[in-house]
Amino acid sequence: MRAKSTSANPAIQAAAPEGAAATDVGRLSLWQLMKRRFLRNRLAMAGTVMLVILYLLALLADFFAPYHYLAKSQDYVLLPPQWPRFVDAEGKFHSRPFVYGIETVLDTYNLRYMHKADPTQIYPIGFFVRGAEYKLLGLIPADIHLFGVQEPGTCYILGTDRLGQDLLARTLHGGRVSLTIGLVGVALTIMLGSALGTASGYYGGVTDTLMQRGIEILASFPQIPLWAAFAAAVPPEWSSLKRYFALSVILSLVNWTGLARQVRSKVLAYREMDYTSAARAVGASDWRIILIHMLPNALSHIIVVATLSIPGMILAETSLSFLGLGIQPPMVSWGVLLQDATNVTVIVLNPWLLIPGLFVIVAVLAFNFVGDGLRDAADPFAI
Amino acid sequence: MLGYIGRRFLYMISTLFLVSVVGFLIINLPTGTYVDFYIQRLQNEGTHTSLEQIEAITKRFALDKPLYWQYGKWLFGFVRGDFGLSFEFNKEVKELIWERIVYTVIISLATLIFTWVVAIPIGIYSATHQYTLGDHIFTLVGLIGLSAPSFLLALVLMVIAQRSFGQSVGGLYSPAFVDAPWSWAKLADLLKHLVVPIVVVGASGTASLVRMMRGNLLDILNMQYVQAARARGLSESLVILKHAVRNAIHPLIMLLGMSLPSIISGATVVSIVLSLPTTGPMYFRALQQQDMYLAVTFLVFMAIMLVIGNFLADLLLAWVDPRIRYE
Amino acid sequence: MAELDEVLRVDELRTYFYTQEGTVRAVDGASFAVKRGQVLGIVGESGCGKSVAAQSILRIVPPPGRIVGGQIIYHRQVAADGASNLSEMLNLTEMHPRGQEMRSIRGSEISMVFQEPMTSLDPVYTVGDQIMEAITLHQNVDRREARKRAIEMLEQVGMPRPGEIVDNYPHQLSGGMRQRVMIAIALSCHPSLLIADEPTTALDVTTEAQILDLMRNLQKQTGTAIVYITHNLGVIAEMCDDVAVMYLGKVVEQADVDSIFYDPKHPYTQALLRSIPRIGQARKRLEPIKGIVPDPYAIPQGCPFWPRCIHAMPGLCDHDQPEYVPIAPGHSVRCHLFRQEAM
Repeated sequence: MRAKSTSANPAIQAAAPEGAAATDVGRLSLWQLMKRRFLRNRLAMAGTVMLVILYLLALLADFFAPYHYLAKSQDYVLLPPQWPRFVDAEGKFHSRPFVYGIETVLDTYNLRYMHKADPTQIYPIGFFVRGAEYKLLGLIPADIHLFGVQEPGTCYILGTDRLGQDLLARTLHGGRVSLTIGLVGVALTIMLGSALGTASGYYGGVTDTLMQRGIEILASFPQIPLWAAFAAAVPPEWSSLKRYFALSVILSLVNWTGLARQVRSKVLAYREMDYTSAARAVGASDWRIILIHMLPNALSHIIVVATLSIPGMILAETSLSFLGLGIQPPMVSWGVLLQDATNVTVIVLNPWLLIPGLFVIVAVLAFNFVGDGLRDAADPFAI
Repeated sequence: MLGYIGRRFLYMISTLFLVSVVGFLIINLPTGTYVDFYIQRLQNEGTHTSLEQIEAITKRFALDKPLYWQYGKWLFGFVRGDFGLSFEFNKEVKELIWERIVYTVIISLATLIFTWVVAIPIGIYSATHQYTLGDHIFTLVGLIGLSAPSFLLALVLMVIAQRSFGQSVGGLYSPAFVDAPWSWAKLADLLKHLVVPIVVVGASGTASLVRMMRGNLLDILNMQYVQAARARGLSESLVILKHAVRNAIHPLIMLLGMSLPSIISGATVVSIVLSLPTTGPMYFRALQQQDMYLAVTFLVFMAIMLVIGNFLADLLLAWVDPRIRYE
Repeated sequence: MAELDEVLRVDELRTYFYTQEGTVRAVDGASFAVKRGQVLGIVGESGCGKSVAAQSILRIVPPPGRIVGGQIIYHRQVAADGASNLSEMLNLTEMHPRGQEMRSIRGSEISMVFQEPMTSLDPVYTVGDQIMEAITLHQNVDRREARKRAIEMLEQVGMPRPGEIVDNYPHQLSGGMRQRVMIAIALSCHPSLLIADEPTTALDVTTEAQILDLMRNLQKQTGTAIVYITHNLGVIAEMCDDVAVMYLGKVVEQADVDSIFYDPKHPYTQALLRSIPRIGQARKRLEPIKGIVPDPYAIPQGCPFWPRCIHAMPGLCDHDQPEYVPIAPGHSVRCHLFRQEAM
């Protein structure tokens, strides 16, 4: 059921006194209702938890991974994941998890080195051990890692890539880029989309026509080829960081149109509402009407649309980097890591190289859950 | 109806014009022209570049003239079927692109049909069996389809296909048929090779179409006219197929045009992984090499496909929806 | 009154909606009877379960709603000739809602007109298609004949240019015209009972008057019994022979229209009548019913009306549910003031 009254501004009602009885839907503020519905949505909560974990892993990547993400080891190239074990080859149970040592043999037929676990060497995994030095959060010098093994043992839980770099460290580090580029892109999208959408809907006329036409032209290009064309224009000599920001600008340049359309249709609807006329009748300025009466009402929709556009941006970054048009090494992102897995033979021999892809799927899935949950929660009058 | 078609057609022509302007501008964004790139490369290779050669290229493409002049010259050629020269291949662009565009259209259309044929029945099932086990399973599979990057799906499916069927999945033909003349066997071989690309490119589109169909149908099932049709004594299957589904599909036709961009996007990326001779691989290469006429032709052609697709979707919608037809 | 005169009897019907937030007892003990060829009005505030009761009769309650108790007895007329007293009793609550048996009754013997004419016609088919749909489904006629009858029906409901309108799409018609089309569909198979669920609520006053006129005339011509659902007591007085008053899912009183208006027994009916103006009455302040309609998830224990009732008896009304008892021929009340012992 929808609220029938159009004369009361829900955003202003939302400021009504809080703390009403939990059963009385009518007395809760809009945001309280949203929060309640969101918390009750199990998938959305699962998505939130997954995202918190992913962002923590990315933020504290140096702590969670035992090695530095650029440290190469010639001895252990394309090493399969070393799973932590509790039971050894003789069936004995160890209370502390351990990994086997690695035995490297030359496959004389294929002429490549083969890595095999050597059950005679057992390296117990230590927790909070000292290892490579790093700067926690980029500030605090530290050398404590969550886990690690004594030399000469190795602890590549997700294996290594073709340069012998720790895939765990690289994947967690890649998350820093892949998980944040969408957020930066969305921030820009919100700014562009709501400003242009509001202008288009509120002023109408020529502004609106031009804006709509522009959106339509941009939407006439398939997204990834368009992104690629923009990305190709980024000068190759730019630094990694500059490139990262250029890429997020490009992502939002193509993405703002959807949000602008939504905001425009909302503003068009609010323009006809009685509370807008009432505000105008008491002499409120355009700015006041837009800022006090329209944007707060559209805010929940803006948040929902923005959240739901993050997955698309993550996928776009991954695809572009995979194609060599996005993030460039030595910066790592999940797409860059997946560049190692471009052909079937490599994947059949080294399937663990696809692990960064799993992270992509989990992250995108989690954002979709959260976005869906927000969308359902944003319609508080639907019972 | 004819007036409607006429208006839409004129509108489409104006859109095409604007699209060509924007496309040309975007491709010209990189600083420096191909000539700089070309000289650089020849110098890297140690080859001596003759001034005449550079001058010839500069002159032919008016690279020394302002941008609008270049655009005018390019557009004038474009409408007559002269798309310019590929610097990289040193061939006319028109000799390079047609076959690839045809394959792109084939794969896109086949994917479109695949998405609809698969998604609509699943959407109907999910909506009419809301919150049952089947609905949950379809929702979950769909979410994973939406969340996986298409190139990753392509890689995984290729590995599976190779492991279980021992079939080479790259390319469009088996080696034996590549240069063979057309025959039923070659067609069958082509179709076999199209399965993986179509499934991969269509995965996310199918998943989102299922979601939309399910949502729309659930909305429509709450409409009074569905209740009214039931009250008239119609059987449940007739109520759903004749009244509910028919109305739920309308908004999807409107989205038909919008689903094309993601299909073409997906096809470009997947083609690279599966090494299919579509626009994708050559377009990305052209972008990286700053082979501007080749890149701009592909980009504009992809946009043209979309604009025409949108136009056709509009016509289809007008044909099925009396409210638009009688506007 | 002899039972044989009835076309429909609803007995202690209960239709509940099982939502995530809890159970809504939309209809919770509705009893009423409709006499053949007469008009029964069901009146009550919005949300009292009138529409759900109507959907229950046709067995088209949308999920998560379910009929959980009570009976709906339909008396099908067997002999169409002079010996019209012969009838067959069918218990609609026992039928499968999607089964063949129920479907053959829907639209042909019992039909329905809905509240919102703007949304009760499928926008993608012509009105002719939708009238013919009912005709071809229930009567063994070909398309040409069905079309002829559709045009006849449109003429019968007072449509101008029926031969043209038949090929129009719903969006080309006004609300009043659409409601005429709905009535044409409902009457196209000559039902013995028509359920009209607030058919004029969404229309403006002039159109409302026209539709009411039309329905009254058609009722006289065809002799179809009507269940007329409304919250408008004026319409009740104008249209109905009998009236059932509903409050929070329960029928609290049923009687002939005169008894309801001049000798109401239930405190809710009395309060309802005091809250509307009457011509010829001494000028008095209108009395609203005190209190508000309770939350559907938290219906009070005992008689649902006691918190708002001026005669409420503490210890009894807030504890026991009153029985539905006859107090005069054709007049029943659900109130502790009229307990059988007290009579």
